Amino acid sequence: MCGIAGLIWKGGVTSDIGTEMTQMLQALKHRGPDSTGFALYGKGDEGVHVLRFKVAEQEEMKTGFDIHRLVVERKAAVDARLAEMGAEVIETEDATEYAFRYHFKFDGDLKRLIDFIEDLDGVEILSVGKALELIKDLGDATVVSDQYGLKGFIGTHAIGHTRMATESDVDIRSAHPYWAYPFNDVSVVHNGQLTNYWTMRRDLERRGHRFMSNCDSELIAVYIADQIDRGDELEGAMQRTIDVIDGVFTYLVATGNQLGMAKDVMGAKPMVLYESDEFVGLASEEVAIRSIFPREIDTWDPYQGEVKVWAA
Amino acid sequence: MGSVTTSHDMGLHEEQLAGRTQQRFFSATEEENFTYPWAYEVDFEKSAEFDAADLEIAEINIAIRDLMKSGHGTITVKNPRAKHSLGVGILNRLNLNFEGSLGYFGCGLIDGPNIHISGRVGWSCAENMMAGKVVIEKNAGSLFGAAIRGGDLVCKGQAGARVGIDQKGGTIIVGDSVGAFTGFMMQRGRMIILGDAGDNLGDSMYDGTIYVGGKIASLGVDCVETEMTDLDKRYLEGKLSQYDMSAPNGIDSMIKLTSGKQLWNYDNLEPTEKKLVL
Repeated sequence: MCGIAGLIWKGGVTSDIGTEMTQMLQALKHRGPDSTGFALYGKGDEGVHVLRFKVAEQEEMKTGFDIHRLVVERKAAVDARLAEMGAEVIETEDATEYAFRYHFKFDGDLKRLIDFIEDLDGVEILSVGKALELIKDLGDATVVSDQYGLKGFIGTHAIGHTRMATESDVDIRSAHPYWAYPFNDVSVVHNGQLTNYWTMRRDLERRGHRFMSNCDSELIAVYIADQIDRGDELEGAMQRTIDVIDGVFTYLVATGNQLGMAKDVMGAKPMVLYESDEFVGLASEEVAIRSIFPREIDTWDPYQGEVKVWAA
Repeated sequence: MGSVTTSHDMGLHEEQLAGRTQQRFFSATEEENFTYPWAYEVDFEKSAEFDAADLEIAEINIAIRDLMKSGHGTITVKNPRAKHSLGVGILNRLNLNFEGSLGYFGCGLIDGPNIHISGRVGWSCAENMMAGKVVIEKNAGSLFGAAIRGGDLVCKGQAGARVGIDQKGGTIIVGDSVGAFTGFMMQRGRMIILGDAGDNLGDSMYDGTIYVGGKIASLGVDCVETEMTDLDKRYLEGKLSQYDMSAPNGIDSMIKLTSGKQLWNYDNLEPTEKKLVL
């Protein structure tokens, strides 16, 4: 069933979006207790990329053979490849034993760098962006937020997801949000099931796109990335998904300065929208928006087939 | 309702399937609506209110029941804060006010109460309502009044998709627009939409009537426009004035839709009876 939530502060206003998104997703916990993911958009520094990657699954950390030595080796290999490509790592942070956050400077071909790192066995890049930081792990919103120290994250907009696994495994790889590889700062969360997943996936794979999981939602991120790559605007790309992608879906997309939502033509999955002069909040259920605005607010459901985009 | 005659009394009988009707008309004074032996004796003059901000869903519903048990006939719930499943399963006469918004499945499975909600409601509000009255001041989510069998369900704002899906009686009034598949597989009852309607309005409807005041994106299979009679207009005037609502372009410009009955493959005889005849 899954719960999705998004928020954006307009006019470049920043807020503690880490805490806000944690509260929203915690209120949606009953829609999906398997895993929780955040895509948070900070201010970012000019020319500095933020890299979030993991070198093992949480499950592996408990049972994997010799895994504690392996994660150290894999991380060292990532460091070596970053250095080899000429990326200048400014700051590193161990979010957990198996997930890391790097700040680095790099002027070359980002896609090549990403492909080179992901070529390593067991290594998955969760996100690369100037503003975007993508965090996902097993557990509810508070657990993940505390584990990765997200409270107090200052930024302009965020999307998040609480997952009830229906189409693929319960692991970090299949958790949302999905980063629209290899694009800076584009991420997607989705609630629903896609029925023409394999047809579209094969089509996109033939054109050289990479799929990290067997989760159908990843398709939306890859498809939008493909459309943007061909020079489309975010809104146009989203508009096209409504016709091209088959199934039931309500999804949110965020870019470095935008937040968008789209709903399938049947309006099969819920979405509640609250919009004021300074803030836009979206969630599968109004309780999530109310977790940050306890007062009475005017909300409504966007209609089927609707696409909306807001700018920070 | 008092002296206001019901639509049935006015001669609006066309929603009858196979000569019978399950349309139920709500009147706060009518004894037969409240035949449940376990119904509480409540006094409308005796009122109570409580704050639901820090209560769990079950606690709120139990608090409402406890107040009914102690004879309170008018209950105000403050700060419902869009929690789900509030005010459900009330099989009693009661004046219930929610000062705020409800989440999903609000006021479902009710028979008899008179409910007012000052905020909005989420998906599946008043699902399977048997009788009573629910008035919502703001917007409603999808599946508004799914499978209702009687009573009046009024949303003064806009409602989502699949409003009155599988409606089996009663009246649904929406003050603004509605989404796609409104009136899908409607079987009986009436729906009054003052704003625009989305795609596939009245798709595969068996029976019942839909009145629309705004634009219609598209009609569903076997939903046809029908001539509006004076009786319909009198009914609409009466019904809308009950809730201080009016058609934006006047009742004369409203469109009436019913089932074309081209999808009907019914036989008057049951399969077992058919064998006997043959």
